[in-house]
Amino acid sequence: MIVSKNLQFSYSSQKHFHFPDISCGNKETLLILGQSGKGKTTLLHLLALLLRPESGEIFIAENNVTTLTSSQITNVRAKNIGIIYQRAHFAGSLSVMDNILLPNYFAGQKQDKEKAQYLAEQLGFADHLAKKTNQLSQGEQQRVSIARSLMNNPNVILADEPTSSLDDNNCQKVIELLKKQSALIGASLVVVTHDQRLKDEFSNQVFL
Amino acid sequence: MNLLKISTANLKEKKLNSFLSALLLTLGIGMISLLLLLNKQLDEQFRRNIRGIDMVVGAKGSPLQLILSSIYQIDAPTGNVPLSEVNALKKNPFIKNVIPLSMGDNYQGFRIVGTTSKYPDHFQAKISSGKLFDQSMEVTMGSKVANTLGLKLGDTFASSHGLDAAGDKHGEKKYKVVGIFEATGSVVDQLILTSLSSVWDIHEHTEDQNKEAVEENPEHPESMAEPHEDEKQVTSALIQFRNPMGLIMIPRQINENTSMQAALPSIEINRLFSLLGIGIETLRGLAIIIIVIAGVSVFISLYNSLKERKYEMALMLSMGATRTKLFFMLLMEGIMLSIIGYVTGIIFSRIGLFIFSKAAEQDFHYSLKEFSLLPEEIYLFIAALVIGLLAAALPSLGIYKLNISRTLAEE
Repeated sequence: MIVSKNLQFSYSSQKHFHFPDISCGNKETLLILGQSGKGKTTLLHLLALLLRPESGEIFIAENNVTTLTSSQITNVRAKNIGIIYQRAHFAGSLSVMDNILLPNYFAGQKQDKEKAQYLAEQLGFADHLAKKTNQLSQGEQQRVSIARSLMNNPNVILADEPTSSLDDNNCQKVIELLKKQSALIGASLVVVTHDQRLKDEFSNQVFL
Repeated sequence: MNLLKISTANLKEKKLNSFLSALLLTLGIGMISLLLLLNKQLDEQFRRNIRGIDMVVGAKGSPLQLILSSIYQIDAPTGNVPLSEVNALKKNPFIKNVIPLSMGDNYQGFRIVGTTSKYPDHFQAKISSGKLFDQSMEVTMGSKVANTLGLKLGDTFASSHGLDAAGDKHGEKKYKVVGIFEATGSVVDQLILTSLSSVWDIHEHTEDQNKEAVEENPEHPESMAEPHEDEKQVTSALIQFRNPMGLIMIPRQINENTSMQAALPSIEINRLFSLLGIGIETLRGLAIIIIVIAGVSVFISLYNSLKERKYEMALMLSMGATRTKLFFMLLMEGIMLSIIGYVTGIIFSRIGLFIFSKAAEQDFHYSLKEFSLLPEEIYLFIAALVIGLLAAALPSLGIYKLNISRTLAEE
């Protein structure tokens, strides 16, 4: 579950954002729609605790995380938040399997190869586990990053334009997998996008 | 999955860059290590044989040549001197020991040296089988000679004239092996020792036969033997003084009052090493430059790859990696290159020493066979680590300045 109240952030005196309040319970989904320059990515980074808000509060799993120290925040992020970026990025020197295991390693948890294997089968790239990530197509890469975001059973999954670089077919596939998998682990799914194709997929929507 | 695995994967990902960095380190460290090995072993070989010999007398010429030929048996002798002059030195109160040497023949490239029993005594060479030469034409050979040539007690052989195997054979008179020395690690190992009289006997005979040929060819070492003189001659003599005063008095006396020259091994060898030293210093300087370039190469390679991997780093940070953890991950890449470079460098220096030793053995019968790690090489290891660490740390510090949000948002 993730809740934000009265979030504000500014990069400079001219570029100031005041975000609408957000609430997304466990197993629920939320679509945040907005055009470029409206602060979509900024909001996502605030929710992902990658940026500190100027004012306002964020609650993750009912804990106020805005008051934590930066090392505590790192810890909360590692354990409770799975992030999917607009373009899938990986540790290029590692195999697909090792990339999926990275969140386990950095969160200090057991590296669960079986789970990685299971997710790979569910998301349809089990044949590619030993390959390097750059040998995969865009759609496959995005599915790998979904698997990666699920590895620590996070409380919240944040997706930043997860479908914008995909064709219609892949877009449909990826968003379905995302909804299905986050529901399976009981996480809140927050998708930030300008992709109008996703409008009909989500009942809860917020416009920036 | 751990940091080591990621670092290794990163090095493998940039194979050519890693190879270049490791190669430069290998080259630099290999060179320094080889120089250390050669320096130490040459030094040891030279000093071991010099021990206890205070002065060498022989025919006038280059003092260094006299030392090299008489002590180390690696250069041509300067000529001959009358035995009577050498023997006269024995009466000098400053002189403790006079060991006459007579050279000029070889068997299969191993020098035959006519001398007295004092010579093996001086090098503490013990007989391992048979006995010391006694009669004319009897020889006792060093362990390496016996091993290499496979000669046994009672075998006979004909010597060749000159100092390499290609000389004319003294076919008529044959030497007989009566004893073999234990290995001493000194020059004795590579010599065939016989009595002075053997050398005189064998040459009296040939000289009569070849007198004309010899006189036509003044370059030939035989011409230095002045065959028409009846007086007995030797090539040189090793001298031990009774006390250090001799060092001051005797050399001048000999140089001024006799037909001989006196050479002091310690001075000549120091001179030789200072000549070699210039070359060694130059090579060492070159090796240090190569190592520094290796450091720069590690720096550039990590700096570039860090720029490329900025997003990757931000990604790992967003997954919960600490900056310190990533910093160590990057350091490890530098350290691994250092270790790879060091280990291969040390291996290459041993191979180099082995090749050098083969060559030295063929030419001088000296072998350099200590492949153990030198204490200096431990410092070399530390230096390699420091260079790897520094070269990796400078670009890796950037990880502490990385703005996660901006880096992730940029692409």
